[in-house]
Amino acid sequence: MAKHYGRGIAAVNYPTGMNLGGDPTQALIFCQPTGGFSVKLASTDLGQGLKTVIAQIAAEALGVPFDSVIVDTGDTDSAPHCMGTFASRATHRVGNAVIMAANEARKALLDVAAEEMEAAPEDLVLENGEIYVKGAPERKTNVFNVALAAHFKHGKTISGRGIYLKQKSGLDPETGACDPDSTEAHATTVAEVEVDDETGEVKVLRLASAYEVGRQINPEMVKGQIVSGAVMGMSHALMETVFPYYPALDHHTYSFGEYIIPTALDIPEIESVVLEYPSSNGPYGVKGVGEMTANSPIPAIVNAIYDAVGVWVTDLPVTPEKVLRALEERSLETH
Amino acid sequence: MESITVTFKLNGKTTAVAIEPLESLRTVLREHLHLHATKAGCGQGGCGSCTVLVNDEPVLSCLMLAALADGQEVTTLEGIGTPPHMHPLQTAFFDRFAAQCGYCSPGMIMAAKALLDKNPHPTRAEIAEALAGNLCRCTGYVAILDAIEDVVTQMQEA
Amino acid sequence: MGVKQLGIVGQSVKRRDGIGHVTGQTQYVDDVFYTGMLWLKMVRSPISRGIIHGIDASKAEAFPGVVAVVTAKDVPNNWYTILCLIGVEPNDEPVLAHEEVMYMGEPICAIVAETEAIAAEAAALVKLDIEELPPVLDMEFAISPDAPVIKKWGNNTFMYDGYNHRKLRFGDFEKAIQQADHVIEGDYSLSPIEHAPIETHCCVVKPEPDGRLTVHSNTQALYFTMDNTAIILQVPSQRLHMIGGTVGGGFGGKVDVITEPITCIAAMKTGRPVKWRWTREEEMRKSSTRAGVKMHYTDGVMNDGRIIARKVRSLEDAGAYHRHSPYGVQKHMANLPGPYTIPNVWVDAYCVYTNRQPSSAMRGFGVTEATFAVECQMERIARTIGMDSWEIRLINAYRNGQMRPVRKVVEDATLIETIQAAAELIGYELPAHLKAMSSDDYGGKGGHHG
Repeated sequence: MAKHYGRGIAAVNYPTGMNLGGDPTQALIFCQPTGGFSVKLASTDLGQGLKTVIAQIAAEALGVPFDSVIVDTGDTDSAPHCMGTFASRATHRVGNAVIMAANEARKALLDVAAEEMEAAPEDLVLENGEIYVKGAPERKTNVFNVALAAHFKHGKTISGRGIYLKQKSGLDPETGACDPDSTEAHATTVAEVEVDDETGEVKVLRLASAYEVGRQINPEMVKGQIVSGAVMGMSHALMETVFPYYPALDHHTYSFGEYIIPTALDIPEIESVVLEYPSSNGPYGVKGVGEMTANSPIPAIVNAIYDAVGVWVTDLPVTPEKVLRALEERSLETH
Repeated sequence: MESITVTFKLNGKTTAVAIEPLESLRTVLREHLHLHATKAGCGQGGCGSCTVLVNDEPVLSCLMLAALADGQEVTTLEGIGTPPHMHPLQTAFFDRFAAQCGYCSPGMIMAAKALLDKNPHPTRAEIAEALAGNLCRCTGYVAILDAIEDVVTQMQEA
Repeated sequence: MGVKQLGIVGQSVKRRDGIGHVTGQTQYVDDVFYTGMLWLKMVRSPISRGIIHGIDASKAEAFPGVVAVVTAKDVPNNWYTILCLIGVEPNDEPVLAHEEVMYMGEPICAIVAETEAIAAEAAALVKLDIEELPPVLDMEFAISPDAPVIKKWGNNTFMYDGYNHRKLRFGDFEKAIQQADHVIEGDYSLSPIEHAPIETHCCVVKPEPDGRLTVHSNTQALYFTMDNTAIILQVPSQRLHMIGGTVGGGFGGKVDVITEPITCIAAMKTGRPVKWRWTREEEMRKSSTRAGVKMHYTDGVMNDGRIIARKVRSLEDAGAYHRHSPYGVQKHMANLPGPYTIPNVWVDAYCVYTNRQPSSAMRGFGVTEATFAVECQMERIARTIGMDSWEIRLINAYRNGQMRPVRKVVEDATLIETIQAAAELIGYELPAHLKAMSSDDYGGKGGHHG
């Protein structure tokens, strides 16, 4: 009777956006009289941080300070259509729509600025809210002045419309041929476990992962997804089921007393590195990261259990009972 | 049933409220007094999102009859800090990205406060133990533990 | 790596909603209260399958504090087929059951009362006369000829273009498997799981003086929810004003449009604001789960580790109704071969109906399950033929410019780079020939990064 150490790996891909596409999102941006920019979205933040990363993308694309961008989400009376937050699509779709809207608003802003400055719009540089003529930085103004002039002197709107749609792909019913995704993110996770052959318990010691996510808009939030997924994946691998005797309905769970998810006491050592290979169609090269982080830990843990004790338990969740039964079956085979 | 009046000290202020005798403290806080920081996650004592302090002890307010709070001291998240004067735990949770969806955060912070009030220098394992009754489905807990450790370090340096 | 540095993009700025979260000032749907607000509780089927002969809500209606009872006849278009907007048909799920029940917990009628406690007490007084039928719970049984047919179209699977499964066919599996040095098989299965966000489903609807409805929702998809609700209510979408965007955890569990239509109907019927919030038990036992899935892999592998043929049969347990499962199975199908270059692939993916609470989207929908099976199968192959776990993946990993079984050319591939980075992270020294590999080492085309 002993505890056995094992290590397992898993390498995965994950598609960005709804399968087959056809899932648009729109954004509107308008400039307030004193140079604030409001981004109107009907998108939802589930906790992943959409409100923040969209403000970053809008500020970057507009060329204005982060704090001058307001992101208004979640009201169908004030914002155009968004398909929703799922399928690792939000940062990719919403981000692209926001960049398109920002480009239009930025162009309108620079047209007014050009008139004010008696310069050609293509000669103007807009950075962090400051506007100057290329090669002549002393000829300058700022978004505040231009916005005021646009409103009260020129009678011009500074606003932008954006949409992103990946055209819906067909699917050949005979072969399955289709274009399922916009891009693919990738990850490899290494799991280290300890399996107790007396109790069947599996303890995950460490989850170390390399994620490739195109481009990180906010690295701490990417890390937030990675840690989140590591724990949810571990939980999926070892703990969770609403039907412990699936497909039977017996012992159907009804509370967190029977439906076990990890607590702060259950978390392994979690490490990660993030690679950036910008995608061709994501905003600044983004790929979706929200869902995939919960995927790679699962097979990595199951493979580590095999490495530790030499049995395949491939019916999730890998409960102590299943581990013990598999060990018993193997010992019967070998004797 | 006849309604009854309970009187307790809530976030430092004496508060009297008429309640149904079987109402939970959580219901009274959220639905009579409209202090919404205390969250309702399960009503079964399983998630910890309704954690408040009663006489400085962490209590699952969904399982405690409000009538039993009579004469006691109750502290909710609203009572420990509001912007711009946040409690160091609130600041640390913000700085460390320890709140994602935010639904477990009030209960987590109250559980952490109860720990630090008693034991200002806990180890990481002691922090995890103190939070074991508070579930978070978003963060994977690492950022939460990091945030609380930051506060412990600040208190040691202070 | 040569990624262009940007300004604010790439910086870990703090969350815009962070201070609201840590001070408890963020407003979630359950934090919305209106004067005169009513509460809703659902009467649900106590059995898994049966014929409804009678619903007697008279005692509940007479219960002091009850304001209204909502049954199927109050629902203008009593079909709940949320993917009808992307062409999934036929309608198969009533908003409120009235002829038959298909799973334990299926909604039958709603009690609307002055308090949540009264609504719950009155709900227990509704008398249901349901003739119980044997439930179909096992997917293999469901698709066998012996199973009772539980779906009206005549079998227990979703029909894809006339087939009872989705097909993926690439190369010639049957020929290739004959030529393989090893045939390696594996079974993989997952039990249904719950999203378990800490915030349960909640909806508050307020009728406005102009006849519109303000709908506070924690849906993950506001317009999708608005349009589906409007179809059920048979009103123009413009009568609905959806407010949301702040969700206490979703994980795919809040895209089912499951609270809004009934809460709207209750508000329209009573002319008062109504709140419906789900209990944790309802989340566990009535809300959609991740599907149970069973997969069987048959791989043809050469002595040098190349996988030349892969066949997968997968059954996905949709539970009683479509919800998002017909979509999820298609996504699953596309991902079952995995991120590897395999010239001969055969996949059959079935969306199977059983008398279980419906399954639907969850984080990684269709892909999580495929990835689990693929990566365990890769390890099984490595162990069977005596090859290193890293090498088996690196030699088979898809490269930019190669053709995937769905007949899309690989682009943006970095599987190899993440494998190499993970090895480095844990201090594992890969042999030189594996270190030299790259996602761009196939024919020098397709890649945009080198």
